[in-house]
Amino acid sequence: MSVALNATDISRALTRISHEILERYHGADSVVLMGIPTRGAFLSARIAATMSQIEKFEVSVGTLDITLHRDDLRMRPVRALIPTLAPKGGIEGRDVVLIDDVLFSGRTVRAAFDALGEIGRPRSVQLAVLVDRGHRQLPIRADYVGKNLPTALGETVRVQLSEIDGIDEVLVEPGGGLA
Amino acid sequence: MRHLLSTADLSYAQALNILDTAAQMAKVSEGSIKKLPTLRGRTIVNLFFEDSTRTRISFEAAAKRLSADVINFSAKGSSVSKGESLKDTAQTLQAMGADAVIIRHFASGAPQRLADSKWTSGSVINAGDGTHEHPTQALLDAFTIRKHLKNGIGDLAGLSIAIVGDILHSRVARSNVILLSLLGAQVVLVAPPTLLPLGVENWPAQVSYDLDSALPHVDAVMMLRVQQERMNDFFFPTSREYSHYFGLNFDRLSLLKNSAIIMHPGPMNRGLEITAACADSARSVIVEQVANGVSVRMAVLYLLLAGAPTEGGGSVA
Repeated sequence: MSVALNATDISRALTRISHEILERYHGADSVVLMGIPTRGAFLSARIAATMSQIEKFEVSVGTLDITLHRDDLRMRPVRALIPTLAPKGGIEGRDVVLIDDVLFSGRTVRAAFDALGEIGRPRSVQLAVLVDRGHRQLPIRADYVGKNLPTALGETVRVQLSEIDGIDEVLVEPGGGLA
Repeated sequence: MRHLLSTADLSYAQALNILDTAAQMAKVSEGSIKKLPTLRGRTIVNLFFEDSTRTRISFEAAAKRLSADVINFSAKGSSVSKGESLKDTAQTLQAMGADAVIIRHFASGAPQRLADSKWTSGSVINAGDGTHEHPTQALLDAFTIRKHLKNGIGDLAGLSIAIVGDILHSRVARSNVILLSLLGAQVVLVAPPTLLPLGVENWPAQVSYDLDSALPHVDAVMMLRVQQERMNDFFFPTSREYSHYFGLNFDRLSLLKNSAIIMHPGPMNRGLEITAACADSARSVIVEQVANGVSVRMAVLYLLLAGAPTEGGGSVA
């Protein structure tokens, strides 16, 4: 087990991503951040807070539960559903930035596209992740990456956030990985 | 949990999980696109040996919103009317590849028989068996109560709920008594002594013979249908007398707390157990119960069918 990112690294990466999103969209007026639960939702709240602080403007943020759109539902025990919270103005015609903790096979993001379709039709969709660990199984890439982390397929990347784990760190552990 | 046969099989955590999942499903039903791909490729059979409108349609709507394929089977007009047994019918459905069988049967225990047998490998969901249980109705009632009186979160602790009428024949009452008390509510059964089952003193509920004295203390009142098809044994002298003592009418509305809600599992006998004025009043949630039924049944289908088929089945918790 090794620590790939500590609390300071995570904080720096999120601050950089916040700036990059603002730079890309020339501000935050059209932007909606949608975090994918569990940890992506906490990350999106942090990025929204940083962006709001920089812009002195309340950035729209929501959460997007993708469970019902997963393609691996039948391969695991049934999962609990988490609320999808669309931001007040909705996502119709806006620029959505999906936020997740780890980008791996790309299947979560594919499911997220379908889940977004349930709540509206955004003008554009981009993707921000804290860690990109490679081994994509679908033609999907992230627009904003906290850290590119080369891993073996058999390893597990574990993101811990203070909101639920009590500590901010990213660990790489042997074992686990994709079935 | 692989089957849903009785509310008595549910743990506190499982019951809450079903209600929480139903709350998410309700959002889907409110959205512009009322369809999810979750159960694509699964086949669900509605096996109805007894007449039903809302339960069958509700299960069908729930399954279709999750993209499952639905086969409707009613005993009328099928080989059952030629004398085919439950076993042969079930094996036929198994051969057609049913992933779940939703069964309503006039005999208490028929769903249990089906689940215990090797006749079908799918999940069995009880949609009402004889005078035994109707678990999804109890779940949708609990969901409706929670939504109105608990802001849609947590359990039902601290609430008092009256179930009024034909407790003896009511599978809805049996399922509700078990589930509502599991979720922390206090249940009061109000009925004439002739319409209370033997051994009711051992149920987790109080019993009252007087509707007027019970009404001021309850947060929800659930009126049961007088099952005229089962009223062949002189349970009460006349319908008029029954209405007088146990019917919900305009005068009794004023006895209720301001926040109390009026429920009925349907179909209603207007003018017998409930007057039109009550059924259509602003405090009646009877139509909403039907809408909530679809969300609750979506939750049950999702929890039973979406996960990996494991030994002993997926888990609801």
